[in-house]
Amino acid sequence: MQKKVIVSWLLMMMFWISACGAPAPAAEAPEAAQPAEAAEALTPQAGGEIVVAYKDDLATLDPAIGYDWTNWPTIKMVFDGLLGYDSGTTLEPRIAAEMPTVSEDGLVYTFKIRPGVKFSNGREVTADDVVYTLTRVLNPATASPGAGFYVGIQGAQAFIDGSAATVEGIQALDAQTVAFTLTAPDATFLNKMALNFAFLVPQEAVEAAGQDFGRQPVGTGPFTLVEWKSGEYLVFERNPAYFQPGRPMLDKVTIRVGVEPSVAVLQLEKGDIHLMGDPPPGAEWARITADPAWTDRIEVQPKVNTTYIAINTTTPPFDNVKVRQALNHAIDKERIVQLLNGRASVANQILPALMPGHDDTYEGYAFDPEKAKALLAEAGFADGFETTIQCIAVDPQPKLCESFQQDLANVGIQLTIETLAAPNVIENAGNGLNPLTWSGGLAWTQDYPDPDNFYAPILGCDANVPGGWNWSRYCDEELHAQSKELLAMTDRAARLEAYKPFFRTLMDAAVWVPVIADQYNVAHSEKLHGQPLLTHPEHGFIYETMWMEP
Amino acid sequence: MWRYLARRLVLTLPVLLGISIITFVLIYYLPADPARMYAGPSATVETVDRIRRELGLDLPLWQQYTNYLGKLVQGDLGFSYRKQTPVLELILSRLPYTAMLIVSGIFVELALGLPIGLASALARGRLPDRLGMLVALLGVSAPPFWLGLMLLYWFAFQIPIFPLGGVEHPTSIVLPALTAGLGGAAWYARIMRSSTLEVLAADYVRTAHAKGQSRHLVLWRHLLPNALNPIITMAGMDIPWFIGGVVLVEQVFAWPGLGRLAVEAIQTVDVPLILGTVSVTALIVVLSGILVDLVQSLVDPRIRLSR
Repeated sequence: MQKKVIVSWLLMMMFWISACGAPAPAAEAPEAAQPAEAAEALTPQAGGEIVVAYKDDLATLDPAIGYDWTNWPTIKMVFDGLLGYDSGTTLEPRIAAEMPTVSEDGLVYTFKIRPGVKFSNGREVTADDVVYTLTRVLNPATASPGAGFYVGIQGAQAFIDGSAATVEGIQALDAQTVAFTLTAPDATFLNKMALNFAFLVPQEAVEAAGQDFGRQPVGTGPFTLVEWKSGEYLVFERNPAYFQPGRPMLDKVTIRVGVEPSVAVLQLEKGDIHLMGDPPPGAEWARITADPAWTDRIEVQPKVNTTYIAINTTTPPFDNVKVRQALNHAIDKERIVQLLNGRASVANQILPALMPGHDDTYEGYAFDPEKAKALLAEAGFADGFETTIQCIAVDPQPKLCESFQQDLANVGIQLTIETLAAPNVIENAGNGLNPLTWSGGLAWTQDYPDPDNFYAPILGCDANVPGGWNWSRYCDEELHAQSKELLAMTDRAARLEAYKPFFRTLMDAAVWVPVIADQYNVAHSEKLHGQPLLTHPEHGFIYETMWMEP
Repeated sequence: MWRYLARRLVLTLPVLLGISIITFVLIYYLPADPARMYAGPSATVETVDRIRRELGLDLPLWQQYTNYLGKLVQGDLGFSYRKQTPVLELILSRLPYTAMLIVSGIFVELALGLPIGLASALARGRLPDRLGMLVALLGVSAPPFWLGLMLLYWFAFQIPIFPLGGVEHPTSIVLPALTAGLGGAAWYARIMRSSTLEVLAADYVRTAHAKGQSRHLVLWRHLLPNALNPIITMAGMDIPWFIGGVVLVEQVFAWPGLGRLAVEAIQTVDVPLILGTVSVTALIVVLSGILVDLVQSLVDPRIRLSR
């Protein structure tokens, strides 16, 4: 015991000495997102291992089931799909040998499978695996949250209803070729094929594991799971049979769970861990961003996300568009960014800046309380009114809602704040019970980089049903018809251009107050690098390309 | 005594049944949809409905409950929605850690609290008393979450004697046990002090002194057994208190216990896991009540367990 303490003391002193001695060149580096530049200066090296710390336990690694921030990037360690993304938002083939061919009418997509791709159990991937994987996701017995993405495949509905034993629109043409037939053209179909839900699983392993497949995953990804101690840690090792040459770089990744972010910061400083799964707590942020030792330990990247106030357009007085516009002028978004210690950027429209189709020339509603008052007067509410907003009871959201309360008081609106647990806010908003709902902590982050993903599931007519995510209870039949036409357009550039007036119409209708865009705030060891970054707008962490300086 | 024990154990059944009914009804009327939580934001309403049917959440309340009960009597606590693992397996994997934390927490409480309280009482009004009670006041006032972070910062980060959370190392238990036990130790010190002072003023102690018994003998034979009585009651009641209180300690120290599992279950509306953790916790609380009665009858012959 005594010896151990002395040894730890010595180690600690060495750590401090090295910490004091080493960072001189790094400290001179200019500020902001230069981890990427710093990484370029160094040559990526294979080998090494890292420890990652998360607050929440991992739920499952089954790609058909896992659907939250913790398991989404982790599933990508073990599994892979036909398609993926380059370092940006452009689709690229992965297990597919090349991008699929599309029929003239936009209904049939034919994929060729890359030869020689193997599952970690040693068996080679065939077209039947693609058929099995997608059929499994659609099978009601799987209870996959992703099933809805694939109901546009021909025969999917019949299969779900039980009137067909197989999905007619998914066919293995030969061992290396698989074809999907859709019921209507869908420009986002390939994005859906790049989602985790479509990541390939081998039938024999799924059936052998039964309901435990999420804990005994077998996939084609860069790593394999070697140990999972519930509530403590997961250990992943490099998959030597991985089909991408030279990948992954790391030999081993350990994910520790249940680590409080404030403790994880200490663990990172001490060198116990190399990457924080959660952002550093707000209270620590001011300290570490001011500390030169942390310059190379922070990566900031915008998320493809908009955090907004959903205005229930069916509840008076918000059925009046002028009142909704007044709200847009009344909210001081800059102050929200300040309240978040600068860890967000102001949003002026529904689509986030990183989303294709974002309108750079659109200016949005300026912060102008006088104009808000004038609009309220025009609408017949010169003396204001009383209303309610629901926020989740997790810091800092109630604080942000208090800021809205103050803003609205300035224009004569008395706002009552109701703070509830996240599931309750979702339930109330989804059933149209809230006049206003703050989406902070629940905000819509894309599933795939297509503008439709910011319309259909959250502002479209199909989502305007009890329990749906259209919290504005908004449905414009004309826009809805237009959205279907947009989905059928095959010229991508023209299509993205057409979304600009589409979303302007929604902004004119003022169905939301878009407030901020969230960002990744990643704390990591200065020796851990990404290519080019640790995070990716689509995937979150990309473990496949991470590497450690020796 | 055995008959008493058997009767008490049989009586726990209606208690547990009642608790399971209350929990079930509370979750059922909770304004949160477990199917929606499972399905995630992008799922269409049809998908959510399908998942609801698949999980059996579309059935009427009584039917859901009888289904649950039917499985329960076969020892099946159900299957966690989110973790896709049998609830019993999850609980059994976490229970030893919580038990370890509770036992070591109570140990810290008693090992620190009793000597301080006793010393304070024996040195009543003098410096050790004042000092002991000041420390006790600080201990009672410190919130466990803050105390845990402070202990970690000083004794794992600045002076790296202990690991920064987790359970891998044999010394991992020390800081969580201190965090869990320090507040209680302060309470025990205060109770032990007043209880000792009360006994010190009792006639039989004066008589013992008058008989010429040594101070030592009076302390061990007359004073302590009588002063310990309220302590045993308290220690028994501590187990339920701890089960609630260790949640925070488990969170600070990444301790894979039952409390963290329950909080996670509630946050994600994982119905079978909520029911499972609540039922097992209730069982532990009821059993610890029986245990206290037994220990008390052993320590104090005046207490007899009624048949």
